[in-house]
Amino acid sequence: MRFWLGTAIAAAALATVAGTVKYEYFFFAGYTVLMFVVLATAWNILGGYAGYVNFGTPAFFGLGAYTAAVLYKATALPLALQIAAAATMAGLLGLAAGLLTLRLRGIFFAIATIALVVIMETVFINWRYAGGATGLQLLRPAPIPPFESYTKMLFVVMGVMAIAAVAIARYIERSWVGRGLRAIRDSEEAAEANGVPTLRLKVFACVVSGALMGAAGAPMPMYLSFIEPASTFNLNYAVGALASPMIGGTAHWAGPVIGAMLLASLQQIVTVTVSNEINVLLVGVLLVIFIVAAPEGIIGLAQKLRRKLASRRKAAR
Amino acid sequence: MGMFWELLPEAILFGILLGGFYAAVSMGLSVSFGLLDVPNVAHPAIMVFGSYCTYLLAQQGLDPIVAGVLLMPPFFLLGMAVYRFYYEAFERRGAEAGVRGIAFFFGVALIIEVGLILAFGVDQRMVEAAYVGVAASVGEIRIPLRMLVAFGVAVVLTVALTLYMSRTFTGRAIKAVAQDEPALRLMGADPVRIKQWAFGIATGVSALAGAMLIIVGPVEPALDRVYIGRTFAVVVLAGLGSMTGTVAAGLILGISESIVLMQFGASWAPAVSFALLLAVLGFRPQGLFGR
Amino acid sequence: MRRIRILLAMLGAALLAAAGIATAQQPPIKIGMSMPQTGTLGAGGQAALLALRMWVDDVNKKGGLLGRKVDFIVYDDQTNPALTPGIYTKLLDVDKVDLIIAPYGTVPTAPIMPLVKQRGLLLMGNFSFQVNRTVKHDMWFNNSPWNDASSWSDGFFRAGQKLGAKTVAFLAADQEFAQNLANGARDLAGKAGLTTVYNQNYPPATVDFSSMIRAIRAAKPDMVFVMSYPNDSVAIVRAVNEIGVGPSVKLFGGGMVGLQFTPNMVSLGRMLNGIVNYNSYVPGIKYPGIEDFLKRYAKLAAEARVDPLGFYLPPFNYAIGQMLEQAINATKSLDHKVLANYLRKNEMKTIVGPIRYGPDGEWATPRVVQAQFRGVVDKNMDQFRKPGTQVVLYPDQYKTGDVIAPFEKARGK
Repeated sequence: MRFWLGTAIAAAALATVAGTVKYEYFFFAGYTVLMFVVLATAWNILGGYAGYVNFGTPAFFGLGAYTAAVLYKATALPLALQIAAAATMAGLLGLAAGLLTLRLRGIFFAIATIALVVIMETVFINWRYAGGATGLQLLRPAPIPPFESYTKMLFVVMGVMAIAAVAIARYIERSWVGRGLRAIRDSEEAAEANGVPTLRLKVFACVVSGALMGAAGAPMPMYLSFIEPASTFNLNYAVGALASPMIGGTAHWAGPVIGAMLLASLQQIVTVTVSNEINVLLVGVLLVIFIVAAPEGIIGLAQKLRRKLASRRKAAR
Repeated sequence: MGMFWELLPEAILFGILLGGFYAAVSMGLSVSFGLLDVPNVAHPAIMVFGSYCTYLLAQQGLDPIVAGVLLMPPFFLLGMAVYRFYYEAFERRGAEAGVRGIAFFFGVALIIEVGLILAFGVDQRMVEAAYVGVAASVGEIRIPLRMLVAFGVAVVLTVALTLYMSRTFTGRAIKAVAQDEPALRLMGADPVRIKQWAFGIATGVSALAGAMLIIVGPVEPALDRVYIGRTFAVVVLAGLGSMTGTVAAGLILGISESIVLMQFGASWAPAVSFALLLAVLGFRPQGLFGR
Repeated sequence: MRRIRILLAMLGAALLAAAGIATAQQPPIKIGMSMPQTGTLGAGGQAALLALRMWVDDVNKKGGLLGRKVDFIVYDDQTNPALTPGIYTKLLDVDKVDLIIAPYGTVPTAPIMPLVKQRGLLLMGNFSFQVNRTVKHDMWFNNSPWNDASSWSDGFFRAGQKLGAKTVAFLAADQEFAQNLANGARDLAGKAGLTTVYNQNYPPATVDFSSMIRAIRAAKPDMVFVMSYPNDSVAIVRAVNEIGVGPSVKLFGGGMVGLQFTPNMVSLGRMLNGIVNYNSYVPGIKYPGIEDFLKRYAKLAAEARVDPLGFYLPPFNYAIGQMLEQAINATKSLDHKVLANYLRKNEMKTIVGPIRYGPDGEWATPRVVQAQFRGVVDKNMDQFRKPGTQVVLYPDQYKTGDVIAPFEKARGK
């Protein structure tokens, strides 16, 4: 109940922000932050719950972005359908990659996902219709009322997707699927022995995670009015998607949200203030510190703090 | 098509040299990941760090190969320190070391990359040497010396590591750690110290590989991103921890890439090697040369 | 989200306060841009930025523009096009800059084109390529000495045809800029009746070019047109030196990015000899004021540890400043429409020569230089400062010598 109340508040906040903020900059920056919320949440479904590291975020994200761009070029498909198509394609990619490599130990899956990025990038470099290596410039259509600016519309769309992604992740976390995935993370052999259908659960998680990443990529061509392989399949997406849950905490659905909000906002702020390599350094240092010193992430720290306060209160009584 | 057959021998020759280079840059990972099971995705970053150290020494007039060899002892110590940290922070705490271990090394790679940018800037760096940019002629065929050097280093490393692993006590202990840790413990050896030693060797070898990297081509701080995929591909294709397998896998990647570059649509070259990797992972996960 | 809003508000307040102090006299004129200072274009971007800062200093020493000081606000876009729309809206909405300059390169520029068109802003382009082709914004003015793809390779093909070349080999990086050029060059070769005997796109991060150079030698072309990125250019030059392209080749080079950068030129040394390559400026071209600029630049570049010679991008970035200065002083206005109108109609006087703009905002008369490396020795930077190590073959009015061919002869072999 509290969650749905929270969702309603988040949706209301989104609407208020869209209605009141005048600066277009806010929507550009906010879009990026929300996009990383979706990516991190999607990553965490497989990476956090089941413990399978995916370096291939750019492959799913990029496939989604290109699916949308190609469909838009070919048929001027509306944005909602672009997103649906992108999610489907990326989900299918997740299915194929999952069936092929999720039988193996986690590290092999991680390596396979690196290979996936290179293969996807090579495919789109060689596909002339999608612009090939030179990229594709796209002209945005007029925004759909009540939006007067296309960027604001994209911001709201991404906000809705973020809420949806979090709801899906939370649902999985609470259901038997989530329990199964956690069992896999703790000990795959034990889970298997206890009758958990490990492969099926992992593949399911990989499909959902991939589809959400693809959906997050779909509005990107419209956001930039441009798409090009090198930046679309950029490792930065993998870094953000992996680092955010690690920093926020992987065990709870709120972890990736907090991590992504923090990390992506910080990066946006650094970009327009200090503005140099500190940006990447920040991610690296935060990532290492949290993994070593606070393996449960911010959520874990908060829980620990709450427990300590509770016990102190008990002691005082 | 006549041209294809005429050029094929040379494509294979260049492929062998390139494959030797790929083996040389993967050798350290073959020990650290292949034998020790440490998901060292920072391996290429450490190697690029080695390239920059080589560059600094070469600026002082040192030959880059000599520089690479001189760098091996300090990198050995660095490797021991890194493993000790990794052990204390992750392996000792047991469960879930996998995910966090990978993420940890990923963070380390990012930090090295940015450190190099801060210290050297984003320009590419290269070294000059008598064997860079010249070729040995054998009849009509010309062989680039820098590739030959890289190939030679790969061969020397393979022979040395194979001998070390099979002839010395520590070497055998390293192999034993990979296969049966409890048994080693029963023999009275400390697996952690042996792994630490082995990780030191792996890192030392990476320093020399870094020297090869900057001999073969220009180096820039973000170059490690390119080699994460390639080195892991070689190690996985090889079957974990096999030194001769590493050379063989390097050769397979090198030769196929060289033929594709010379004859077909060169732009498909990266996809060919990684599709091969995916196929091996999917259908023969113990690697082409694994047990 | 709220956090950002609060931060934004704080930032805005700080800016207002800062502005409040400055308005004691006249508020400064703010010029903003993003410049790739890291990532693939970072090295060039840093050199270009130094030149723009020099212009800002120069203009402020003269008392500013319209009696107002010039403030220069720059952010790093990391050569990442996903960041530029955010940066430019920040510059416009929050920093409230008066004028904007595009980032160096096509990819970071492309995503801001719709934005500037929609808002009707003047945008000074920065070495991008045909980025206005789809958007068709009439307030866009690029500083690069080329317009379309053929303007780039024109000089190279003319030199080849003068030498009686009948066949051509293409080697192009599978990346944005190189492919744009390659498409133009292939058109031009077709129109000139040249037969293509080898045509290869190579992937990013190719390690060794031996086998491709060997294949080119086997194809026996009369000329080889290469469009490569900095890392690859170095590797290709080395491979050519090792493997050889054969005696049939009269002309080699064309569109190799990276051979204009000082560290690469010094490092490659003798291996460069004979290569004919594009450039924007080389010593020996008499543009008024450029030599003085380069002398001042060299001193600052040594301190800032950026490209020490700075022939390629810096003068053209300084020229962006000069053009803004000329337009603002002549029109006594900061209105984007007025300034654009002036830029469209008048000849701009810059340290890279006079510039007139065509209707698409590119140079009406392109001046891409094709120059041949000659008599270069190893490990010597200063040799590149004097005319002669790069002999200008094209454009004709700046010519300083004739091409030496075949390629192997020009290399002194």
